[in-house]
Amino acid sequence: MLFYRRHQKPGVKGWELQKALGADYPKVVEVLDDYLKSLDLMVKTVFEEEKTPAGKPSLEELNRARFYVTLRGELTPKESKMIGWRIDDLAGLAVAISYIISKRGQAPRKDVEEVLGEKLPGWKVGINIDRYIRYGYLQDDENDQLYLNWRTRAEVDEKALINLLLNAETQKSETSDVSEEESKDVARPEDE
Amino acid sequence: MESKKAQKKIGTEKLQRIIEMCIAIENHTVDPFLLNVDDVIKVVQEYFPRWDKPEELNLDSEVISHLASVIKLQSEWVKHRSTSLYTDPFLLEEKITQATKDEMVGVFLGAWLPVVELEQLNLHSFEEALRYWERLLPLKERWPELAVPEVAIGTTSRDELLRQRVLGDRVFSDELESFWRELKDKVKEKGAGGKMRYWDFIGADTYEETVERAFLASFLITYGYATLEIIPLEEEVFIKPFAKPNTQIQTQQSVSIPIAVTYDDWQKWKRGELD
Repeated sequence: MLFYRRHQKPGVKGWELQKALGADYPKVVEVLDDYLKSLDLMVKTVFEEEKTPAGKPSLEELNRARFYVTLRGELTPKESKMIGWRIDDLAGLAVAISYIISKRGQAPRKDVEEVLGEKLPGWKVGINIDRYIRYGYLQDDENDQLYLNWRTRAEVDEKALINLLLNAETQKSETSDVSEEESKDVARPEDE
Repeated sequence: MESKKAQKKIGTEKLQRIIEMCIAIENHTVDPFLLNVDDVIKVVQEYFPRWDKPEELNLDSEVISHLASVIKLQSEWVKHRSTSLYTDPFLLEEKITQATKDEMVGVFLGAWLPVVELEQLNLHSFEEALRYWERLLPLKERWPELAVPEVAIGTTSRDELLRQRVLGDRVFSDELESFWRELKDKVKEKGAGGKMRYWDFIGADTYEETVERAFLASFLITYGYATLEIIPLEEEVFIKPFAKPNTQIQTQQSVSIPIAVTYDDWQKWKRGELD
């Protein structure tokens, strides 16, 4: 249930787990999470409306939350290439997400395009934003405002991203082994 | 006497300016802290004893209402600033602009744990699909050609269209308003917690009427007269009227909630078996 995609989204809602496994499903999820450790995977719980409860979540909060399986450990730049992301696209996604976070979760598409356009060719900017929307990282509305979408909430630790970005100076040396040329040759098959 | 009138005029103008300022803040075009709440309250207090006409008192209460919204915005601003997610946007923008692509990727990878999902077909679903295929009737049998009789072209009248129920006998907006009033009355009478079961509201003596009521209910929800509350685990759907139409609902991102109103469900509802 957790691995398969239904209605365009992977993962499963807590109430669906309760239906399938009974009211004790949080314990089953805990056991599964422990089991997945050896595979460097984990069960990620994303609470409704990004409201992570302060203490132990109630069954009702869990029922409304969505459960996903994500990687447990961080990817290295070389590994990110292996899962099919071009460095340009990944950097663009990082910029778009960080920019929207800095604007309190909402930014005009025009502004995001402008920021991306500083380092990406104009024709690619629109294509990339549409792709981030299609993948579920961003969403837009009829007023051309961009917001973070379900996949960002499931995959990205927003707090960590901002902290890392603010301390980016110290990380220069660690990432310099990724050459742009070597990472440009791999792309998501569906996009090519 | 003249001076009292002049004072009132000045007071009215002041309150109107305050309201304009508050609206600008509510629309996020002005910083909420540009408005000094204490000063505004002093102005309101100063002029309140002079108001005696309903429109003046109305203006006074409007100021208080807008002021409450501004205070809410100020409190949200303080809350956001106090969270660890708050960073000066200019500083962040500066960092984003200065970072190279490699740096940006490095930063992102430190905070990114991609979702893992499977896209493979398994034997179970393959078996299910084959069983479905076996049971599926050929298109010829499913979609038999309809024998449509040939009729001569003619004209129709409004009365005829009304009789055939192609047109309604009332303006749609009036019909919707009266349906909304009916919902509010029914919720007061039979509901609990300001809501009632969806089926108890749309259900009628005939299936046709039930479908018509479901059709109207969908417009009540789309146009912000009411909302749905869904409890997925119990598979219960409630309808909840708003006291005033929520016009903002049409400018927000919305989701579609399909609710099947089948003949079987209607019969179950009639028998009191639809829980």
